[in-house]
Amino acid sequence: MKPASPFRELQKGGGRVRVTFDGRTFDLREGGNLAAELLAAGIRSFRKTPVSGAERGPFCMMGACFDCLVVIDGVTRQACMCEVSAGLVIDRPGAEGEGDA
Amino acid sequence: MLDADLIVIGAGPAGMAAARTAADAGLSVLLLDEQQRAGGQIYRDVERVPAERKKILGDDYLKGRALAEALDHPKIRHLTGAVVWQIEDGPRVAFTRDGAAGLARGKRLLIATGALERPMPVSGWTLPGVMTAGAAQILLKQSGLLCERAVLAGSGPLLYLVAAQMCRAGTPPLVLVETQTPADRRAALRHLPKALKAWRVLAKGLGLLAEIRRAGVKRYIGATGIAIHGQDKAEAISFEADGRRHQIACASVLLHHGVVPNTQATRSLSLPHVWSEAQRAFSPERDRWGRTANTDIFVAGDGGGIGGAVAAKLQGEVAALEVACDLEKISHVNRDRAAAPLRKGLAIELAARPFIDRAYPPYAKALAPADSTIICRCEEVTAGDIRRYAGLGCLGPNQTKAFGRPGMGPCQGRYCGLTVTELLAAETGRSQEDTGYYRIRPPLKPVTLGELAVLAETDLKEQEDIS
Repeated sequence: MKPASPFRELQKGGGRVRVTFDGRTFDLREGGNLAAELLAAGIRSFRKTPVSGAERGPFCMMGACFDCLVVIDGVTRQACMCEVSAGLVIDRPGAEGEGDA
Repeated sequence: MLDADLIVIGAGPAGMAAARTAADAGLSVLLLDEQQRAGGQIYRDVERVPAERKKILGDDYLKGRALAEALDHPKIRHLTGAVVWQIEDGPRVAFTRDGAAGLARGKRLLIATGALERPMPVSGWTLPGVMTAGAAQILLKQSGLLCERAVLAGSGPLLYLVAAQMCRAGTPPLVLVETQTPADRRAALRHLPKALKAWRVLAKGLGLLAEIRRAGVKRYIGATGIAIHGQDKAEAISFEADGRRHQIACASVLLHHGVVPNTQATRSLSLPHVWSEAQRAFSPERDRWGRTANTDIFVAGDGGGIGGAVAAKLQGEVAALEVACDLEKISHVNRDRAAAPLRKGLAIELAARPFIDRAYPPYAKALAPADSTIICRCEEVTAGDIRRYAGLGCLGPNQTKAFGRPGMGPCQGRYCGLTVTELLAAETGRSQEDTGYYRIRPPLKPVTLGELAVLAETDLKEQEDIS
């Protein structure tokens, strides 16, 4: 069920909460960095670029590159600047040019 | 509207140290930082790092703990998760926090927004699975994640630190693809005598290299022609070294060829910036106290020129002393007395910089990428596009925006600005200084209409309360 992740997790434990990303459900560590937790769950691509439709994932992890953009509650946000909380509904930004926050 | 004697933007080593020094001198301090916990990138999450991760990250990282704990002071108000999007004369700062915009006014402002990784545009660097080495380190510090089957590529001390940390954790990188050459090492030797003053920095570097060697990680020196391959994600890296082409299958590629000052805030204020040939980057002009051309605004730490975490801390303290003197909380005599040992420490800390900068220069091919390489990640503009604009008479970075939108995506030029400057300078034969940089305009970070609406409501309420 879980996609293969190229990351090793030092910490296996921690309370997990259910979120959905792109319609699929995942149990992520509560309070964890959203971009990091999605990567650990095996998500490689977070979005497609509005220009060419190329796949993109986290690049800088410090809020500078905007490659990890996702949509939460209708607002485009940097996943690396968000924390995991129960019930998050996360979508990929539209590929039709609505991706720029 | 929040008021403070000193507003500090950024809770890394410079910002944290400045806040505490200013508070100790009796100033009220408002510390604004984007992250949920103090530390900046270098000390990310240092206050809550689990015990088993401490050994991997090392003692230098744990030094940040004392700085973060020192923020617990009655004169310091630390607003976490505060994203600054506009800075004006006054100084006035607009920020967003918890879905609401807020305003703050300070008698003085210290910008301590640190560094960014130098953009390293190579073929395939936009693929998922390609990250900066700094990103890999943040994943380790904050989330306990290690990249498996990773290749590190580029040059510089951070590359070695990340590699050594991965080795300690039992997940060594597959190989190190290093772009500096033996000629760079020879050229750096003349800076070595001075660098010996900072022998601890050099000893640490040698220690990291020994760890990498013991772990059996293969190092390629003088690598060139770096390209990353894959359809929808990074699957391999190829490069030339030792006289032949190599291709290595991998799951992640971690790029790094130095860090550069994050000048978004100082640029947005139209402060004068100077080009440093040694660091191949722009930094805001500042005096020996960190004061910029705007006398109310200071810069401390890597945002004013790369010096590392310890230098940043010392610069933060020096700047705070000058602010306290400005606001007549300490005398000139006491300011100078307190600053003297800090300056001595700073001189030692910066002594190794010329050696490091010369020994580990940026990867030449990433400063002048192939025509087909994307240099603006947001708008997917290539190096060839920028050269074509130059051929059509485009002279400056701002003008390129009208040609093809580089620097106009959400990252606002953070990861293409320096590349565009370098490309235009090479094409036009002018210096980087004369070529200049993008004009940076607010909002520095996206702000929603809903967040602004909250600000308007608060303002109206304040006006009603006053009347």
